[in-house]
Amino acid sequence: MSSATNKTLQSRRRFLENISRAAGGAALFGIGLGLYSQQSKSLPSTAIRPPGVDNEGDFLSACVRCGLCVRDCPYDTLKLSRLGENIALGTPYFDARKIPCEMCEDIPCVKACPTGALDPELTNIDDARMGLAVLIDQEACIAFQGLRCEVCYNVCPVRDKAISINRSHNIRTGKHALFIPVVHSSDCTGCGKCEHACILEEAAIKVLPTKLAKGELGHHYRLSWEEKDKAGKSLVTPDIEHKYNLPEGTRYDYEGEGLIQPESTPFNESAIDRQNKGSL
Amino acid sequence: MAKNINKVIGQDAVIKKGWLLAHKWLLLRRFSQLSIIGLFLLGPVSGIWLIKGNMSSSLILDTLSLTDPFVFLQTLFTGYLPEMTVISGAVIVALFYLIVGGRVYCSWVCPINIVTDAADWLRRLLKVKTSLNFSRMGRYGLLVISLVLASVSGMLVWELVNPVTMIQREIVFAMGYSWLFIIGIFILDAFVSRRAWCGHLCPMGAFYSLLGRVSIIKVNAINRDSCNDCMDCFAVCPEPQVIKPALKGNVSSSPVINSGNCTNCARCIDVCAENVFTIKHRFIN
Repeated sequence: MSSATNKTLQSRRRFLENISRAAGGAALFGIGLGLYSQQSKSLPSTAIRPPGVDNEGDFLSACVRCGLCVRDCPYDTLKLSRLGENIALGTPYFDARKIPCEMCEDIPCVKACPTGALDPELTNIDDARMGLAVLIDQEACIAFQGLRCEVCYNVCPVRDKAISINRSHNIRTGKHALFIPVVHSSDCTGCGKCEHACILEEAAIKVLPTKLAKGELGHHYRLSWEEKDKAGKSLVTPDIEHKYNLPEGTRYDYEGEGLIQPESTPFNESAIDRQNKGSL
Repeated sequence: MAKNINKVIGQDAVIKKGWLLAHKWLLLRRFSQLSIIGLFLLGPVSGIWLIKGNMSSSLILDTLSLTDPFVFLQTLFTGYLPEMTVISGAVIVALFYLIVGGRVYCSWVCPINIVTDAADWLRRLLKVKTSLNFSRMGRYGLLVISLVLASVSGMLVWELVNPVTMIQREIVFAMGYSWLFIIGIFILDAFVSRRAWCGHLCPMGAFYSLLGRVSIIKVNAINRDSCNDCMDCFAVCPEPQVIKPALKGNVSSSPVINSGNCTNCARCIDVCAENVFTIKHRFIN
């Protein structure tokens, strides 16, 4: 064999060796990285994405981690995740308990996004769905203890739509009302002002990723009252007017307040109350 | 090279040309790298926003949008077609590097280069001999892997671990643990393998070297006849394999350093006492 051919053979051999070593190393590394990437797709529930993110997967395919949204956020709400934080590296998020979204009308973060990862079709901030507020701890929320608070309700930028106050009977005292904040997913943007303002040490109302917070009714379900409205009449049997047999003086307001007691009865108050008033 | 082992590299050039001329390109490069990082930091530090964002994508004077073509390519591979802003920004940057040289990004822009140059300087100073040999093809493997993973998983997988964009971003925004990567790369380059990161592993450099294959501005061993075999250029070059075909090729071969892996750092021009190298466009032979 001539030395020239030998040399070509040797260099070819070295080239193939190099290629296969590189390919082998890269493939091993790639498998590890691929597995890691699957894990990093799960966003911790305390990290809320900026407005205009519908789906975490779509967002991660589009965001180039430039931080222009962070720069244009006037309230320093948004941050880029750093190495060591459990959020896809370099992507924008906010922690509602620290600094919530102020829901700017001109949505500067969405305007700043060069890729469209924050959906440019979002032009009305009320349509944003960054997450969903959930009154997650009814044991700690003082409204459930019968105390007046309603701070979350009062700071809500979409008050009376996203959070309303439902009154109900206070069983513990027997005579007071509970003023219970109720979140409505139809209007909650997930801005997190309620979580930020919650007066507890650890907020009882928290913004969670919508996917985590929201249930979904089986698609085959039909709600009779809705179907009745749609049809304009009862679909099964014709409605009969209810008749009641009630004690003297009490009324029942059908489709209204329900049971109505007469204004005063001899045993309306407890004996102790009567004693305190000095009426005995 | 063995007989020159105790010689200080570039000493002849310093004696012949003076210290400043023998470090001209190195100083220009450091100035370029530091001023780019400085411009990005100017906004957050002083509130003067000449440039916003980071090297992945940025906005200059609130008008011109630039995007890194490698990051853009990964986005395309996820199956997502970004807004026009990013597409035009990536095209502008790619065209720029197609003119000045693909890996000009590596040697004139990327701040990691300062780290790996420092590691190589320490390596020469301490005469570190250990060298784990791994293939310079590894970076192309990683380039392929980064694009395949992007398309399989539908997300920018490489950007989860890319030390280059990570460090650039955390310098400009807020520092997380990416300084560990800086130290890691320094140790790797200084004590494990020469030019391990930029010359063997970094897929970003591999991507830019593909642009470098056709880019216009090139280093040219135009006076190769006056080469006195001091080997200083080989000693300083981050990709020494690219010099040989141009410098030591036969008479009919082109003196242009054609390899896409040449970073146009021009350190060879600095250290050559005989003025063998110069910067020209690739069409001069």
